[in-house]
Amino acid sequence: MLQVTNLTVKFPSRRGEFTAVENVDISVKPGEIHGLVGESGAGKSTIGAAIIGLLQSPGYVAQGEMSLHDTNLRTLTPAQAHAVRGARISMIFQDPQTSLNPLMRIEDQLIETMQAHEDISDADARDRAVALLSEIGIKNAAERIKAYPHQFSGGMRQRVVIALALCTNPELIIADEPTTALDVAVQSQVLDLIRALADERGIGFILITHDIGVIAQITDKVTVLRGGKVMETGETAKILREPEHPYTQALLAAVPRLDKKIDRFLVPATEADVEAPQIISGIDAEAWLLDGGVQDPIGLQAHDITVKFAGERTSLFRKPDSFTALDSVSLDVRAGTVMGLVGESGSGKSTMAKVLTGLVQPSAGTMTLGNDALPDAKSRARKDQSRRIIQMVFQDPYSSLNSRHRVGALLAEPLWLYGLENDAAKRRALCEAMLSLVGLAPDAIDKYPHQFSGGQRQRIAVARALLARPRFLICDEPTSALDVSIQAQVLNLLKDLQKTFGLTMLFISHNLAVVRQMSDDITVLQGGKVMESGGSEPFFTNPQADYSKNLLSLTPTL
Amino acid sequence: MLYKLWDSDGFWLFRRRPAAIIAALTAIAILFGAIFAPWLVDTNPYDLASFSLMDGLLPPMWEEYGTSRFPLGTDDQGRDMVAAILYGARLSMLIGIVAMAIALVLGVSLGLIAGYYGGRLDAIIMRVADVQLALPAILTALLIDGIARGVLPTAVHQEMRVIVLTTAIALSLWVNFARTARASVFVEKNKEYVQAAMIMGQHPLRVMLWHILPNIMGPLLVIMTVDLASAILLEATLSFLGIGLPADSPSLGTLIRIGMGFLLSGEWWILWVPTMFLVALVVSINILGDFLRDVFNPRLR
Amino acid sequence: MVYLIFKRLVQSAFVMLAVAFLAFSLFRFVGDPVSQMTGVETSTADRERLRDELGLNDAFAVQFYRFSTDLLRGDFGYSYRTREPVGEMIAKRLPATLELGTFALIISLMIGIPAGVYTALRPNGVASQAILLTTLIGVSIPTFVIGIMLIFLFGVQLGWLPTFGRSGTVQVGGWTTSFLTIDGWRSLILPALTLGVYQLTLTMRLVRAQMMEVMKTDYIRFAMARGIPTRSLHYKHALANTMVPVITIIGLQFGGVIAFSIVTESVFQWPGMGLLFLESIRFVDIPVMGVYLVVIAFFFVLVNLIVDLLYVAIDPRLRVKEAA
Repeated sequence: MLQVTNLTVKFPSRRGEFTAVENVDISVKPGEIHGLVGESGAGKSTIGAAIIGLLQSPGYVAQGEMSLHDTNLRTLTPAQAHAVRGARISMIFQDPQTSLNPLMRIEDQLIETMQAHEDISDADARDRAVALLSEIGIKNAAERIKAYPHQFSGGMRQRVVIALALCTNPELIIADEPTTALDVAVQSQVLDLIRALADERGIGFILITHDIGVIAQITDKVTVLRGGKVMETGETAKILREPEHPYTQALLAAVPRLDKKIDRFLVPATEADVEAPQIISGIDAEAWLLDGGVQDPIGLQAHDITVKFAGERTSLFRKPDSFTALDSVSLDVRAGTVMGLVGESGSGKSTMAKVLTGLVQPSAGTMTLGNDALPDAKSRARKDQSRRIIQMVFQDPYSSLNSRHRVGALLAEPLWLYGLENDAAKRRALCEAMLSLVGLAPDAIDKYPHQFSGGQRQRIAVARALLARPRFLICDEPTSALDVSIQAQVLNLLKDLQKTFGLTMLFISHNLAVVRQMSDDITVLQGGKVMESGGSEPFFTNPQADYSKNLLSLTPTL
Repeated sequence: MLYKLWDSDGFWLFRRRPAAIIAALTAIAILFGAIFAPWLVDTNPYDLASFSLMDGLLPPMWEEYGTSRFPLGTDDQGRDMVAAILYGARLSMLIGIVAMAIALVLGVSLGLIAGYYGGRLDAIIMRVADVQLALPAILTALLIDGIARGVLPTAVHQEMRVIVLTTAIALSLWVNFARTARASVFVEKNKEYVQAAMIMGQHPLRVMLWHILPNIMGPLLVIMTVDLASAILLEATLSFLGIGLPADSPSLGTLIRIGMGFLLSGEWWILWVPTMFLVALVVSINILGDFLRDVFNPRLR
Repeated sequence: MVYLIFKRLVQSAFVMLAVAFLAFSLFRFVGDPVSQMTGVETSTADRERLRDELGLNDAFAVQFYRFSTDLLRGDFGYSYRTREPVGEMIAKRLPATLELGTFALIISLMIGIPAGVYTALRPNGVASQAILLTTLIGVSIPTFVIGIMLIFLFGVQLGWLPTFGRSGTVQVGGWTTSFLTIDGWRSLILPALTLGVYQLTLTMRLVRAQMMEVMKTDYIRFAMARGIPTRSLHYKHALANTMVPVITIIGLQFGGVIAFSIVTESVFQWPGMGLLFLESIRFVDIPVMGVYLVVIAFFFVLVNLIVDLLYVAIDPRLRVKEAA
């Protein structure tokens, strides 16, 4: 049905032409789901945009053929291409929050889309729209169709997006990361829906994703991309079972497994920015850390932490509804171990981190760090020693380092702030040693954060946390902004450091597979309540709470 | 920062924008001319002894009766127009830059505080800004001038006119900075680097000035240029209305007001020379502001 | 939604109260009201009696309360200069300024919005570049210079339109209007153009910037991917979303229109409130200054309340509750 051969897409830029996609072949049959998988910069979204004819300027198709049945997509005039969009090829975007016009009722958006491509009366179009919405799982569709986009939850909104893509009966739908913004449970429903549409209506799908679990769950065929080139293509089952290309093998090895705990990840050897040459050894930093007493493990307990946020006031007569982010949550992180804190978005796991670090004031509950009480946000002094002992590594390495200052200045902050090292020259030497310890070249000290990749920045963030001589490290989704191969490196680094220095860690993640690799104990949060808490391995082999069982069964696996 | 600008896509954009280059050159030339006016022209328009009524109402050199001694002609008092506009620009730019700087410091400080602390402090500052916003710039400036007239004895008021004018303009422009700074701080405050600094127990002043401020300089720089242009326009407007500077220390606005008297007579240059000079100055600054806006718009990068 | 409007009302009331306080402080502290009202020959005892009569010896809060309630009742005091009631003076001048401002605003919106849309949709076209450069010059020319240029061109050189004053007005009830005679329109055109040009350029640039942002959003790209006709895409989807932020700023601009009317009125000797205000500044006529302030703030607050209501009408996210 869809035949793409030898596709090359180029983006002219200030420093010459950048080839985003190079000599790519793809074919999709009716009812087939073809996955495009790869890490950032692989060119997978560009392929989708090229097929539907919506390449972002100044990108252009340099060569190659694209045809849908017997229509040559490359020779269409702009008007013809516009007619094909929607009618024969449609698209689903990543974020349902932003892909619907917020000012129009979904009814109007649906009817308008149908009427753009066929001569159909308002009433008929509405009937069809209602039928379609019911079919894709929106209850009470006749009434809900009158609603505005903001009146739907994330998962429902993505269904509306799918309905909009479907309402003109296209032959091909390009789904660009359709479930990345959704929680596991909703993701699984949306994926089931896509599979059903392919099977029942014979629609061909191109499914673009970075998540190999998603590929494994619903695609028939898969194309593995890297740097705009095809690494390997074929039947999904076969490629996942016996990958031939070394990159595919490495990629698969780097994906954390949900079904077993492994000691270290294999890292794709071809990654350019891995393990810079070590000129100064990290031993100095290691000795300094051990000297500072990091080796004495320290435990942390939180008892019945409750956090309420005041809601937006909407009425004069009613008190604003308060929202309970955490409801009597207790946490016991044993000294020298890693506690995994798991939950979907909105479960309160990041709020917990903020309570522990003193950013959010709990309305109830107590905390202890080691043998001392840990003061809450309001009573924690700026010079409280817990501010040094507890350090944090954040999720987004692009925003957790101040891009306006040199790495050296950022790293030195904890050293002088906590009075750990008062001599500027020694501070600098120590920072360089610490960079070596986390696997970066010491000359990084004079660069700015934007000169580093995401993985390298996360190493810098870890180095800065270590320079406070912490005894308790909170990692809040430290790898969820990173590609899998980079994630594997950072997780390896964290494991090594934890072992060497006996750090106590709270590891927060929505990704169960990652948590299994990292943690000794686990706590599962849902809607601000603890669902289950206990040893990590027992949890993964024999979950107790229904919620946990459900979560584990819905997580896509290889 | 300078090095980064030089090296960055910004400078590359600059080279591809002839309008921005011309504007930058014009603005620099005018600034240069204004600063070095006493050395560039040999008559001083403030010094009655340095010009003579005998030379009054001479047209620019390319017109009949024009002389190369006064390339752009003279006014009715015999002042050289070149000297007049250079000294006028000197005063206009001085007032504009100082007023903008005061507004910048005041507005950014309040904006940082409001954005960083939020809550009641923010509410108070923003309500004050609301009130200020309900009284547009010209009105505020006029009002402050009016109050100064009422409070100060006439002689003192005459003497302090430059200060009153500068204060009036500064006070009418701070809201722009405060609102922009506050909005940017709200965005930055939720970024992880600020949270990291707060968790560490950094002093709030350091968080605001060392961490947040450098990250919000982009939008502030744009407002700075736009407000510099506004300040110069405002000064000219107030002087034109006869509320700003008196005729014996003419800024560009005063010169234009004087020139208005010659609108219907043949001496067009007395009006149009300072007018065009003012417009060229403000257009250049605005083109630069526009260019900066594009450079700092992340979506364009 | 009701609460939203209530909140805005409270905020507006606060702004009005603050401006009233400003006007009151002006009246009370800038110059001495008694010495303004009396001559040199008035005795100290008489002055003291007047002081008492005016209530100037009462507690500060009492005085402010009386001042505010007087304002609410429409009692605005007397001008130092003309001894006329300020209320009457303002009321006489109000129609001239409001008509000028409204007409200028209409000009700026009628031209500014389409021009903004056009330049946003064809950012690289020759016409767009020309419009953009023109508007950049437009925001850089002081209003009074624009006025002078228009006078010079249409008044002096071509002699088509009157260059000053407000003629051809018709009395309708208590309102004098220019809208009913050709003469009235002719004398309105130049001042309104002068006042409108600056607002026009601002509106255009704002619409352009917003529209360009909207055109890059996911929902517009999704609409493109669904083959929604270009016309609907631009005018139904994109323009509506553009207007949401734009109307707020247009509300704020109304203040600018009124403020710049001071300049325009001065250039064209237009007998509006702005001219009155300028005169009152020159003569330190505090009561007129104060009341002018209050009136301006009132219109500003009123327009912004209307804008808020419009906002609610356009954006369903403010109107319709979110459902789970």
